[in-house]
Amino acid sequence: MMRCGRFHYHAPRTLRDACAMLQDAGSDGMLLAGGTDLVPNMKRRQQTPKVVISLRHVAGLRDAGPDGNRVRLGAMLTLSDLTAKEEVRARHTALFKAAAQVATPHLRNMGTLGGNLCLDTRCNYYDQNYEWRKAINFCMKKAGEICWVAPSSRRCWAISSTDTAPALIALGAEVALATRDGERTLGVADFCRDDGIQYLTRNPDEILTQVLLPIPAPGESSTYWKLRRRGSFDFPVLSVAAWIRRPPEGRVEAARLVLGSVASRPVIAEAAAGLVGTTLSEDVIEAVAEEASRLAKPLDNTDFSLGWRKKAARYLITGALRELRGDDPQTLGPLARRAAELAPVG
Amino acid sequence: MSSRIAALDLQVVGKPRRRVDARAKVTGQTRFADDLFLPRMLHCKLLRSPHPHARIRRIDARAAVTAPGVKLVLTGVDLPIPYGILPVSQDEHALCLNRVRFVGDPVAAVVAVDEQTACEALDGIRVDYEPLPTIADPEEALTTPQPRIQPYGDGNVHKKVALQFGEVDAAMASADRVFEDIFFYEGSTHLAIEQHAALAAVDPDGKLTLWSSTQTPHYVHRALSRVLGISPAHIRVIATPNGGGFGGKSDPFNHEIVVAKAAMLLGRPVKICLTREEVFYCHRGRHPVLMKLVTGVNGDGRIVAMDLQTLLDGGAYGSYGVASTFYTGALQTVTYEVPRYRFRGCRVFTNKPPCGPKRGHGTPQPRFAQEIQLDKIAVALGRDPAELRKSQLAKPHALTANYMRIGTMGLGECIDRVVAGSGWKNKHGKLRFGHGVGLACSSYLCGAGLPIYWNALPHSGVQLQLDRSGRVAAFCGATEIGQGSDDVLANLVAEVLGIDPFDIRLVSGDTDLGPVDLGSYSSRVTLMMGHAALQAAERARDLIAQAVSASLEVPASRLVFAGRRVFDAEAPARGVSFAEAVQRGEAMHGTLGTTGSYTPPESAAKYKGGGVGPSPAYSYSACVVEVQVQPETGWVEVEKIWIAHDIGRSLNPVLARGQVEGSVYMALGEALMEEMAYRRLPRHLSGVLVHKFPSLLEYKSPTTLEMPEVITYLVENPDEAGPLGAKEVGQGPLLPVMPAVANAVYDAVGVRVDEVPITPEKVLRALGDRESRRCGPKSFPFIVWPEPLKVAPPWEGGDGTAVNEKPRRRKEGVLMSPDVVQPGLAPHPSTPEAGQKTESSESSPEMPEVLR
Amino acid sequence: MSASGGVTPRAESRTRLSLRVNGEPVEVLFETYKTLLEVLREDLGLTGTKHGCELGECGACTVLVDSRPVLSCLLLAAECEGSHVRTVEGLAQGACLHPIQETFADLGAAQCGYCTPAMLMTACALLEKHPSPSRGDIRQALSGVLCRCTGYLQIFEAVEAAERRIRENSPGGSEGGG
Repeated sequence: MMRCGRFHYHAPRTLRDACAMLQDAGSDGMLLAGGTDLVPNMKRRQQTPKVVISLRHVAGLRDAGPDGNRVRLGAMLTLSDLTAKEEVRARHTALFKAAAQVATPHLRNMGTLGGNLCLDTRCNYYDQNYEWRKAINFCMKKAGEICWVAPSSRRCWAISSTDTAPALIALGAEVALATRDGERTLGVADFCRDDGIQYLTRNPDEILTQVLLPIPAPGESSTYWKLRRRGSFDFPVLSVAAWIRRPPEGRVEAARLVLGSVASRPVIAEAAAGLVGTTLSEDVIEAVAEEASRLAKPLDNTDFSLGWRKKAARYLITGALRELRGDDPQTLGPLARRAAELAPVG
Repeated sequence: MSSRIAALDLQVVGKPRRRVDARAKVTGQTRFADDLFLPRMLHCKLLRSPHPHARIRRIDARAAVTAPGVKLVLTGVDLPIPYGILPVSQDEHALCLNRVRFVGDPVAAVVAVDEQTACEALDGIRVDYEPLPTIADPEEALTTPQPRIQPYGDGNVHKKVALQFGEVDAAMASADRVFEDIFFYEGSTHLAIEQHAALAAVDPDGKLTLWSSTQTPHYVHRALSRVLGISPAHIRVIATPNGGGFGGKSDPFNHEIVVAKAAMLLGRPVKICLTREEVFYCHRGRHPVLMKLVTGVNGDGRIVAMDLQTLLDGGAYGSYGVASTFYTGALQTVTYEVPRYRFRGCRVFTNKPPCGPKRGHGTPQPRFAQEIQLDKIAVALGRDPAELRKSQLAKPHALTANYMRIGTMGLGECIDRVVAGSGWKNKHGKLRFGHGVGLACSSYLCGAGLPIYWNALPHSGVQLQLDRSGRVAAFCGATEIGQGSDDVLANLVAEVLGIDPFDIRLVSGDTDLGPVDLGSYSSRVTLMMGHAALQAAERARDLIAQAVSASLEVPASRLVFAGRRVFDAEAPARGVSFAEAVQRGEAMHGTLGTTGSYTPPESAAKYKGGGVGPSPAYSYSACVVEVQVQPETGWVEVEKIWIAHDIGRSLNPVLARGQVEGSVYMALGEALMEEMAYRRLPRHLSGVLVHKFPSLLEYKSPTTLEMPEVITYLVENPDEAGPLGAKEVGQGPLLPVMPAVANAVYDAVGVRVDEVPITPEKVLRALGDRESRRCGPKSFPFIVWPEPLKVAPPWEGGDGTAVNEKPRRRKEGVLMSPDVVQPGLAPHPSTPEAGQKTESSESSPEMPEVLR
Repeated sequence: MSASGGVTPRAESRTRLSLRVNGEPVEVLFETYKTLLEVLREDLGLTGTKHGCELGECGACTVLVDSRPVLSCLLLAAECEGSHVRTVEGLAQGACLHPIQETFADLGAAQCGYCTPAMLMTACALLEKHPSPSRGDIRQALSGVLCRCTGYLQIFEAVEAAERRIRENSPGGSEGGG
């Protein structure tokens, strides 16, 4: 049986204690939220914290509610908690669909919003048992020298595989980070970095406590399409989060398009600007999809071949934009049905 | 068909019933191997090779031996005797002696107070390796004779076989059309959710007991005796219920031998449970096979000759490989009439986990090839694929060109059922672009006609014991792997004795308590154990009937056993309860016990290699698959499946349907997404060859969301060779699904994917190839084949022997390992020599230095 | 509790925990590195809960924690203070099987039986929460447990049959068992 290594376990009750414990533990410490990422990584010895600080019992981290023109979502809300919220389903479709498609129902009952945002980057040279990684003499993300995906590279190319981050970037969300000394907020886009090892801008002593989500104005809509081989379990090999503001029967006033799982962070497609001022005609959608899909430069470190993933990117972007135009994804073929999959039961 | 068995009035058989082991399973009380905990039990972990191919120069285990909590460290020198499932390839060692052959080959074992301690101690073992060049695929193996992965075979070619039945070249020359195609079938693994586990303990009387998740306790029993050098009479192997097998638990495994040795040395129970990654390294799954299939047909598509070449990637060890190689050719003749046939197969060694038997063992690959090629023939000749097949079905109650004896043959009815059910005639070639249907058929064995090792003994035995309480106990070595073998046993005994299956106490999978059954493989259990059970039960019934007849003064022939009573057929009120009947039997005969056994009929195939393929009966399946293919992405969605299976007689329809649907499920995984993929790192950096993703996440097993609707038809056409007419259902229904998917993709978008898995990438590539409209292998490598053994088909005056074969020695006495026939005392004196005589992988081992 | 990271992990390697398991209060002392799966099987003797990967990739270790199906292989046992854990051993009411057990047994939903406890617990939670699930709901809910034997269809049918049985046996018509 795969087992975690030995560690100290702390279960603080207050955020203040949690911050103090994290700071005291220094580089030996790691935060435990739902455990669905950290625990397997500990079992595979990808992560070997000497101190594990559980956020499960920290007061306040599961709270959710309005805050002015924003919604505050506690980082320890499970993905199931999130998808059970009617206002999330109704108003923040991209987040709802992203959360609803993470892994499996069981894992969504455990995994948290904060945990999914902080999900370790993935690579099939890295997401392996210790013994396997020993056979390839490890990689630079853990204990080795080289990036096996791009051996001449000086950086790590592990892939951002979070479902919620692209959705939250498209929705213009921010995160709140707490330390012993206070709190700061920053946009989710700025929370992510394009490096497989240092993939977050979070400081080691900071705890992600909240997600701040703008309440959508009339005319705003969003969606999230996820590509994976199976309808359950699998991480995204490509995802598209899209958001637009468009008055009924009018032209698009603003748009955001974010690609997930194509780099070590979610990638914002500037091509979305091409949607503004249009009525999302087929020509416009295809041109934007063509341009945005150029951002997808897949590497051979996840499921499916790179060439195909690149082709699929264009298809997925097109589909997501058509959905925002008002097309029914159910009519867009089997892959669309899969990629735009809606609500699971809780 | 036999009207006699078809007309039987059956009380239990054929009725949908809760299986006898269901309650244990739904309450969590079934005890799988890793669920066993014994007092003072220790835990074992294996240190595995990080090199795909290397010499072991030195093992320094001193730090591990002295670590707190560690009780024992074993290395190859502690278990020097080789073993292997087939007598011709005794090439494995419980722990590698001086050479590792793939990443994951076990090198040392640590036994400690708990698993965590054992795991941590592995870091205390330093192994010096001298890396050797690796072989990654069959083409490399063919062109790279050195360094050799195994000391036997020819270079890195493990085995070549060549058989010819009739003048194939002449027939091919006279054919109206000749179709030549190359196909590739990717390897896949069983992925039983239960990881292999074993627990060994020394009994109070000094004997050894091993509990293991094995499908073949009898073969494990033999291997333990051989490697440990102790008499089999002092070893008991208990096959715990398997949490899925599918062929993956059919070899004797290194971890089983290691814990047995450790328990003997330490005098304490020792358990091991493999991690999922280690299970991938056990493998023994589907061989990747490259195939070249040349078929000559006449103007209306009837086959006049077939010429098949197969190239199998065997991985690093023999396993069942020789049998697997023959199986890639053996059953090609059983489905359709093939008047002349040549088969040449070649298995090579590569530095990967060994391949072996997975559901369908060696036959799904060539079946995939033939069923797609038939679809191409139908298209080329403008014939309906279903009609083309029906017009040339193999004949029932006849010999094939390669001397397989077919009994009943329900394939025609199977085709009719799926054609009607699916609306084939309104769909094939008629759906809009992107939608399609495909059809394919298959046949499979009901048990191998020969055992793994030559002997003249029964393949299965059942023992019944009855006492005055009315209790019936049934003992059999057969192994419950989820397929329902316990239920078959109870079902048949209950039928004969007129009692309820739940009245029977079952003892199975235990080499000490039950008579030998060879194991749960080759779909043999229902037929072979079934016959043994019927025989034992009929003997018990006769003894009881004799006594009841005397006391009731009713002729025994008029007595009916039904409803837990024994009574006069002509005056049903005149009778006794079953318990009372047993008492009368016990009073008349003394303690009641009977045995039954089964030995398959002698095969008509007398040529060398004719041992693989013969079976007492063959099952048949036909399948229609409906798909939607998205042309922009190549995405394939299977929407619905209709499958008909000629089961002879269904003993318990609930379980039979489950076997069919489970086969379809596993087949869909192989058809669409599963693959044992390997990756070699750039040679200038390390060149190491690893399994790409030995995990349940990245090895894609379909979830509930991928499973389409399946309509199952059980075609009951009782076969005299089966118990009450029953044939197999566990493997056959897997075979037609993969080619039916491929044919459906063609019907949907007009391109051929001549390999599995049929991924969106491949469909898109085929769509993008305007010229060939195909994705698949382009060439078959040149192989120097031996002169084939020439056997004239039955209709050309043949007698089942090869005209150009050297006379063969009778091998029964030689190949039957002495450890089975001599209940000698431990340690067994003849075993080490036996190990030297066979094809050991370490003929002149340069042993590594071991420091402990 | 100290937050300093300087002590070797061995020093305080065990954790004592109070929780409820299948309705009964349990106190258990275990190695801190253990997940709930390991504690259930190794320290509490409840081997009905299985494992196929221990990495959250198969679902075989599903148990209900406070009525939700979760993977016991990814949940540190130390996290379960005060929780109510339900396993397959607690599904039957005494000698009386839960309807979902009855229908699994009758309809071929258990072949090898290895994923069965996980399927049962997941289905049980589904029926408690959604008394009349559609086939699509059942597919979704069970999509976190892999089965290699059945092809799932007989499992779906067993869940549907259990739902009918529960509905017929309960006058209120909406309450699940367990």
